[in-house]
Amino acid sequence: MKDLNYASQRRILIVTFLFVPIVLLCVFSFLPLGNMVYYSTLKWNGYSKNRLFVGFSNYIRLFSDPEYFSVFKVSLYYLAGSVLQLSLALLFATLLTFEMRAKNFFKGVLFFPYLLNGVAIAFIFLFFYKGDGTLDSILKAIGLGDLIQFWLRDVKIVNFSMVFTSIWRYIGFNFIVFLGAMQSIDKEIFEAADIDGANKWHKFIYIIMPSIKKIVELNLILAVTGAIQAFEIPYVMMHGANGTKTFVIQTVDTAFVNGKLGLASAMSVVLLIIIIIATIFQKQYFKHREGV
Amino acid sequence: MVISNRVSSNILTVLKYAIVILGALIATVPIVVVFLASFKTSPEFLDGNALQLPHSFINFQNYVKAFVDGRMIVGFFNTTLILTISLTGAIILGTMVAYVVNRFDFKLKKVILGAFLVATLIPSVTTQVATFQIINALGLFNTRLAAIILYMGTDIIAIYVFIQFISGISVSLDEAAMMEGASYLTIYTKIILPLVKPAIVTVMIIKGIAIYNDFYIPFLYMPKKSLQVVSISLFKFMGPFGSNWEIISAAIIITIIPTLVLFLFLQKYIYNGFTAGSVK
Repeated sequence: MKDLNYASQRRILIVTFLFVPIVLLCVFSFLPLGNMVYYSTLKWNGYSKNRLFVGFSNYIRLFSDPEYFSVFKVSLYYLAGSVLQLSLALLFATLLTFEMRAKNFFKGVLFFPYLLNGVAIAFIFLFFYKGDGTLDSILKAIGLGDLIQFWLRDVKIVNFSMVFTSIWRYIGFNFIVFLGAMQSIDKEIFEAADIDGANKWHKFIYIIMPSIKKIVELNLILAVTGAIQAFEIPYVMMHGANGTKTFVIQTVDTAFVNGKLGLASAMSVVLLIIIIIATIFQKQYFKHREGV
Repeated sequence: MVISNRVSSNILTVLKYAIVILGALIATVPIVVVFLASFKTSPEFLDGNALQLPHSFINFQNYVKAFVDGRMIVGFFNTTLILTISLTGAIILGTMVAYVVNRFDFKLKKVILGAFLVATLIPSVTTQVATFQIINALGLFNTRLAAIILYMGTDIIAIYVFIQFISGISVSLDEAAMMEGASYLTIYTKIILPLVKPAIVTVMIIKGIAIYNDFYIPFLYMPKKSLQVVSISLFKFMGPFGSNWEIISAAIIITIIPTLVLFLFLQKYIYNGFTAGSVK
């Protein structure tokens, strides 16, 4: 290599260094995307030689058969949950921004669940909600035994149980990002505010909120797209039973259990379009805001 | 007025600690109760209250049972193998792309960067149905290579972390090396790679945790028993161990221990990693 001049070295390096990453990108990101759109127009089980072109009928079925579109209702629980999740994360981050004893301990404890294995979390919460499990025992211990419910068996309650688990799992991420953003605010601004006689509420509204607004908005979009993609917790805990089926569980079941790959692809395309719309909306929104 | 101000500020302080302590309890109690259960004998578990302490904290029977009968050793072996290879691969590929893109100008640069960017917008959950067909066609179904290749290839955030970092390394270092006749390859291996170490640590932590915790890809692509990773070996406890919660609890704790150890030792890097990765 040393004997070549730098121009030809450069050409060789560009090609060799980019070759594998670009092949991987094409084969595992763009090819599946293209295939998926194509599969969505087929009636196909995924392995037989029979591929029947059916046009848009998979999409029509998707929006006319309640078995498929009703799962979006479950997403609403997770959407509402993510708003609560962000508010709580903001609350904890704000509290820890001000002076406090054992700050690092609390920071670690509040963040740690985010690092845990999803299956472990699902099992921890199966134990938490089961009859005579953690939750029932706590309620009994503090004299609220009358409130005990069938946390997982009651169709009216089970999705709240799922969403609580989801908040428990993901809140640490939002919390740590918010805290990081708040701590990067210049200390002198707070000192100046102290001199002007500002209280903590003033500081939150006039100093903290404006400087972390962008990150809150970004997290809101992440939370929304995350809510539509909810999968692991309801799948491992409930196998999607008892009305906990989310859109992704429905897609996986349709493809790999019921062998309707065409229909499942159509569902994936719809999910992708929703996520792209949410992302574009976010980008446009930020661009607009930055212009102001 | 001054007194009432002090009183209200005291109330606020109490409230602040009350909220944070409540949050900390909610975060820890579910795990601690499972930890307690993992040391209980079967009759002890069935008779007692879930919040009760176990008779002995040195009853490791459940751990042995979980580890041996639950074949968790297979899970740890596979996870370690997949983790090592895919992390190494992702770091080599990621730094290579970042180096070329940051240091050289060439025709398709914008197109290539754009392609990586667009790919981040495609959530992999949605394309899995079609990715499955490709993995199958390549003969990778039920091999560790399926997971390794997917973890290695789909990561674009890593590339951005590297690009950000390499753009902070002064080009004059490259030029000085070229004056002494170093090739571009030497510059990459001897100058860029060593200097980019902090970014490598960041990527290793974020990606390593994601791979260790992943359930979806191994579940879909490697159902074979001998290929199970940690997540899957834990998942398998549901059936055969049915309601043996003391053994399942031990399995949960075994799964958590590596994460806890990593967190305690690398706390600072982990915080930095997640805050840096999120503001891409």
